[in-house]
Amino acid sequence: MSLDAEIELVRGSFELTVEFHVPAGSVLAILGPNGSGKSSILGSLSGLLSPRRARIVLAGTVLQDDSVDLPAHARAIGLLSQDPLLFPHLSALENVGFAPRSRGASRRRAREIARDWLAEVDALELADRKPSQLSGGQAQRVAVARALAGEPDLLLLDEPFAALDVDSAPAIRGLLRRVLRAQRERATVLVTHDPLDALALADHVLVLANGQVVEYGPTREVLSTPRTAFTARIAGLNLITGFAAEDGLRTSGGYLVAGIPADDVVHGEPAVAVFEPSAVAIYSQGYPGSPRNTADAVVGSLEPHGPVIRVRASSEGWANGLTADLTPAAVAELGLEPGSPITLSIKATSVAVHPAVSAGPSPTTTLNGDTSRHG
Amino acid sequence: MPWVLWIPATVALALVVLPVVGLLARSDLTRFPSLVTSDASLQALRLSLVTAALSTVICVLLGVPLAVVLARSRLRGIRVLRAVVLLPLVLPPVVGGLALLYLLGRKGFLGYLLNVVAGVQVPFTAGAVVIAQTFVAMPFLVVSLEGALRNSGDRYEQVASTLGARPWTVFRRVTVPLLLPALGSGVVLSFARALGEFGATITFAGSLEGVTRTLPLEVYQQAEVDVDSAVALALLLIVVAILVIALARPRALEGVRS
Repeated sequence: MSLDAEIELVRGSFELTVEFHVPAGSVLAILGPNGSGKSSILGSLSGLLSPRRARIVLAGTVLQDDSVDLPAHARAIGLLSQDPLLFPHLSALENVGFAPRSRGASRRRAREIARDWLAEVDALELADRKPSQLSGGQAQRVAVARALAGEPDLLLLDEPFAALDVDSAPAIRGLLRRVLRAQRERATVLVTHDPLDALALADHVLVLANGQVVEYGPTREVLSTPRTAFTARIAGLNLITGFAAEDGLRTSGGYLVAGIPADDVVHGEPAVAVFEPSAVAIYSQGYPGSPRNTADAVVGSLEPHGPVIRVRASSEGWANGLTADLTPAAVAELGLEPGSPITLSIKATSVAVHPAVSAGPSPTTTLNGDTSRHG
Repeated sequence: MPWVLWIPATVALALVVLPVVGLLARSDLTRFPSLVTSDASLQALRLSLVTAALSTVICVLLGVPLAVVLARSRLRGIRVLRAVVLLPLVLPPVVGGLALLYLLGRKGFLGYLLNVVAGVQVPFTAGAVVIAQTFVAMPFLVVSLEGALRNSGDRYEQVASTLGARPWTVFRRVTVPLLLPALGSGVVLSFARALGEFGATITFAGSLEGVTRTLPLEVYQQAEVDVDSAVALALLLIVVAILVIALARPRALEGVRS
């Protein structure tokens, strides 16, 4: 039940071109910021939206090409969006039984299937409730069961955790992880802006920016070693572009960022240095230790990021835009606020240097290069 | 809310309530029972209820599909059609009646055809009353349904289609059930409008006692002969209107989803 898709879309001045393959039993995550065209891809796959040109083949069946355009109900898909969209006039059980009913099952058989799926998502006790009597997390649980009850060949997940509160999101993520792993037939496409979703659920990830694929490859590889500042930002990582040097990376400004080069790095070739925000330390009174990998900057912004506070630095040099994760206590102790002068220090052993396709000084020039790894 | 709004609001309320009070003050309640139970009155009442109920049924059968088409179709000319549907709402009913007469009358092109082919004459029959009432009442139903459809969007319908439901199944199992609250208010509004219809009826169906003389026409007739009787019948119409509103619950009238 593998999926092959080539989609070309135009919405006003926005143009999107993507091409990808999802093997049977695997999950592809499409990562990108709002407005990058992620949901349009799902719309095209489901048949709810008409792309300008597309070739979509699912399990050997052509869903769409120049002469074929199957309507949504004939596509053997399941769709789960951030809003559960349970039919308000039907009980949870009837909602889950909707797909089997629509595909010709008898009333009784549909109820059996619905019970099985509600049990599968640990929501059997909610069977007789109306959607208005369910919490957000419960409703999404039922919606998962409803999307799967039709036994779709292709499951489409559109930001399925975005509308959930912090307590229910991990539970639903765990549930999806379990049901997606439980079968090896179905292809799944997950659209999200959160790299955590991709890491938790997806085998492969496709990073989308302004309607173009900027990276495409195995999830861990793409997210842990981003080749573009754009992916790094999405993955929540720091990324500095430059050229590979003896013990690290030389920026276009000539500064040497000490780090550990990967095996495939060629001296003098374009490269990127990647490190997590937690590897960046911040000092307010100058750095007491060795001067390697330090830079003076000012605090650009402070924003909460889960249990920590993410400090974004602002400077004239290579440290501009770098982020550091600090505990709220540390932020208070250092008395940080936007504009405070700081010194950043990055442990060289936490900096990984990877080859890059181009060594543009800014994210935009990096994006223009063809940085996709596969296909 | 600025308190100044209370002044025009009170005037508006008075404009609605005071005429009814005036009518009550003028009425002779002792003669009320005998006046409204006269043969002519009962006949008019029966005719009004039957024709208004029939037109409401036709409004539902034709208006629901029309509202769905107007709200969901992506055809180019659909915006023009939306405006056309409002025509009976803004047209003086008398003009509507005349238009119907010149379509379905003996000299109208459709009426001529009906007469020649099937030997049917529409004007000045109870059927004409129903057609006139449907003509003026239909927009009330269509507008309230179309608004509800456009407000709720087509997301539930899209989900249903991804779950394998064919268009007809989606309509039957999702669109119509979700439309029921709005349908309730639409039915009440169009029934009330059909019940009170006067201008189109008198032009297109005439005022034939027992055949086309509905309650409003009877009130008009009596107003020139016997004012007490006209007032009593007017009260009867008010009672029926209040009953309709009470039965339909204010929630349904306001179009609130239950």
